[in-house]
Amino acid sequence: MTVTQVESPPPPAPGEASPGGHWLERLDGVLAPIITVLLAFLISGVVVYLTTRDLGDTLETYRAIFRGSGLSWFFELGSHDIGVPFSDASVWFPWNTDDIASLAAANLQQTLILWTALVLVGLAVAFAFRCGLFNIGGQGQYLAGTTAAILVATELPDLVDLPRALLIVASILAGMLAGALVAGIAGFLKGTVGAHEVITTIMLNWIVIWVASYLFGIGGPFQTEESDALPSSADVPDKAKLPVFWGDPLLQGLHIGLFVALVSLVVYAFLLNRTTLGYEVRAVGFNPDAARYGGISVARNYFLAMAISGVFAGLAGSLDALGWQFRLDVTQIQGSTIGFTGIAVALLGRNTAVGVGLAALLFAALETGTASRNLDPEIFPPDLASSLAIIIQGLVVLFVGAQFVILLLLRRARTRAAGAAST
Amino acid sequence: MRRLGNRLPHGWRAVAWIGVLVGVAAALSALPPITIRSPVVPVVIGLFAFTIGLGSWIRGERRIGGYAMAAGFIGIFIGYLATRSSVGNLETVVVWGALFGAALRYATPLLFASLGGLFSERSGVVNIGLEGMMLTGAFFAIWGADVAGHWALGLLIGVLAGGAFGLLHAFFSVTLRADQIVGGTAINLIALGLTTYLFIKIYGDEGTPTGISAIPNVSIGFFDEVPGIGGFLDDVFGDLNLMIWAGFVLVLAVWVVVFKTPIGLRIRSVGEHPRAADTVGINVYATRYGAVTLSGMLAAAGGAYLSLGFVETFDQNMTAGRGFIALAALIFGSWRPFGAAAACLLFGFSSALAAALQTYSTSASTLFEAMPYALTLVAVAGVIGRSIPPAAVGKPYVKQ
Repeated sequence: MTVTQVESPPPPAPGEASPGGHWLERLDGVLAPIITVLLAFLISGVVVYLTTRDLGDTLETYRAIFRGSGLSWFFELGSHDIGVPFSDASVWFPWNTDDIASLAAANLQQTLILWTALVLVGLAVAFAFRCGLFNIGGQGQYLAGTTAAILVATELPDLVDLPRALLIVASILAGMLAGALVAGIAGFLKGTVGAHEVITTIMLNWIVIWVASYLFGIGGPFQTEESDALPSSADVPDKAKLPVFWGDPLLQGLHIGLFVALVSLVVYAFLLNRTTLGYEVRAVGFNPDAARYGGISVARNYFLAMAISGVFAGLAGSLDALGWQFRLDVTQIQGSTIGFTGIAVALLGRNTAVGVGLAALLFAALETGTASRNLDPEIFPPDLASSLAIIIQGLVVLFVGAQFVILLLLRRARTRAAGAAST
Repeated sequence: MRRLGNRLPHGWRAVAWIGVLVGVAAALSALPPITIRSPVVPVVIGLFAFTIGLGSWIRGERRIGGYAMAAGFIGIFIGYLATRSSVGNLETVVVWGALFGAALRYATPLLFASLGGLFSERSGVVNIGLEGMMLTGAFFAIWGADVAGHWALGLLIGVLAGGAFGLLHAFFSVTLRADQIVGGTAINLIALGLTTYLFIKIYGDEGTPTGISAIPNVSIGFFDEVPGIGGFLDDVFGDLNLMIWAGFVLVLAVWVVVFKTPIGLRIRSVGEHPRAADTVGINVYATRYGAVTLSGMLAAAGGAYLSLGFVETFDQNMTAGRGFIALAALIFGSWRPFGAAAACLLFGFSSALAAALQTYSTSASTLFEAMPYALTLVAVAGVIGRSIPPAAVGKPYVKQ
């Protein structure tokens, strides 16, 4: 837990992407996460089997989770039509986009809403990883973002009458800034006094949780007057809500934050691979001593990497606040585990943009598919299924941590196959 | 006696400790039973404490001097707040006997987990899975007591379940050399999912049944007869849970084991310089396995006290971050048994104060919950004397 590694090279950073390499090794980078996920589903299948006592029911449970996630939508081909943006016209489309006629479409919207947040929280963890930092504070940074966005969206209209777009942008910027601030503290302390970022971010998580609970809790300065039973923030006004482009805005349709997440994935990849900042961040992550010798300010990059991570997490929080939550109550503040899912996303996605996008889809589908409003209670009790989703997440994280063992086994199997072929 | 004399602080360090006490006095001056109503008094006393702290800080006693400065500030803060509220309110909130008793109740689960973490981290394995191990202990203890019919068996089952998670953590971080923080995160998630799953599956919506055999309290009568402070002592120590007394013994036992026995020396050397330890024939892997498994068992014992001794029910995610506070206490106490115990008491006291404050200001009590974390953040930032971890903590060891 000291700043510099004293002896023995550092263990391979968890989920570190191997740059370039032989195509077989690249294949390993894809295979290992897949094997990890399969293993996790297999083991949690045992839990399901012990509950249902029937192999058919176990498979049926996984199928029901898949249906509940809405991913089945892509397999329901037919003849439908879709509206052309910015016009009243519509054209032929193979999938049914009407979320009233198609349950899968409604479920898929929920999965994609969650995907948006998970991508961003995952990027928050991944970006710090690439600088050699373990950002376990995604939770606090996300929450700081939600809190700041809700405060600006609810309080700012009382001061100035901003147009809709400006109010939304101001709220989102506030969320990003709050996330950057919280994460930046950890980065600053790491860079200046060498305080380990895992410790500081854990502490910051809980400080943010309790401060937010204070702000919106009973007797807090921003608690709404109406509901004392369930203390919460005021509702985000309609003009600060993100536009919904698929589905009914009143029934949690899919908001435009999805595109923000997509753009963020591109920005992440560009920032890391095509800019000086990204080069320095990666250099520090690879070997801080060598980077320092090469004239790169390690402290500065620790701070920047954490602050940028915080921007991603804060963005996730503000999009959730303005996209579907619209208010924050103490139960949500203290019960959310999205920051830890973000760790699973980054680890499974091997800190690459594509990987994070895919891993976020997996976990978003898993969480949505096991939610009580999506999973068929006839097949598996949903309150059990949500715990099952957490177990699967935990198993994935556990196996990713030991992923090099899987890689080693893969490599050994290949050598043996090559040996057998040559004789 | 001479050795004891040498152990006592002297020089600027002693001055700094006096500063800490003066800082405490600043807060006390405005609290019952003294309740001075003028804010000037706590401010003056607090500034005096701050000056003493600054003086010793300049003379090189950074750590305790920093404590004294912090104590001065906190003393001014609390003292000032106290003069702003009515004496009646103060007397409902600040009942010293009840507060200290509650502080011990809140501190005990933290203490067990914190001392567990001490073994793990001293042996060189970061354990942020304490939270999950505590939660596991909490669930399996109450389930065990329910099934087996006796709290002792429940406690045993809880501790064994926690040990199993410790073993899992050891397997991944020592044998497979996986990242220890990743492993700890995984254990927290798995423990949360597993205990919630089993809780709902076994107990459904009704929750754990009432009347489960709980860990008993120990009633001691003679405190009442101590002249002068008998009432206070009886309030604090008269009716404590068995696990709290076990906690007192444990602190001492851990200190003896870690600093006075060959086993402790092995654990510490493996955590500071595993290669050197290996060279002199210490089995690094076995030592780490043992320490991490023990840490899981101790953390689970803390969780078991929480469910089986303190509230006598289980609820989803009932540890609610206590494992992380225990980790904070360990760091705040510089990876030492008595330091960690003192930090646990401090954090327990702040929880007790938060609970007492709830009767007249919920929002203030909520804000109070953040204090342990804020203090630890300040401590690791080095503002008041750096906390320095064991040198090899977090690094997997490869035998050559």
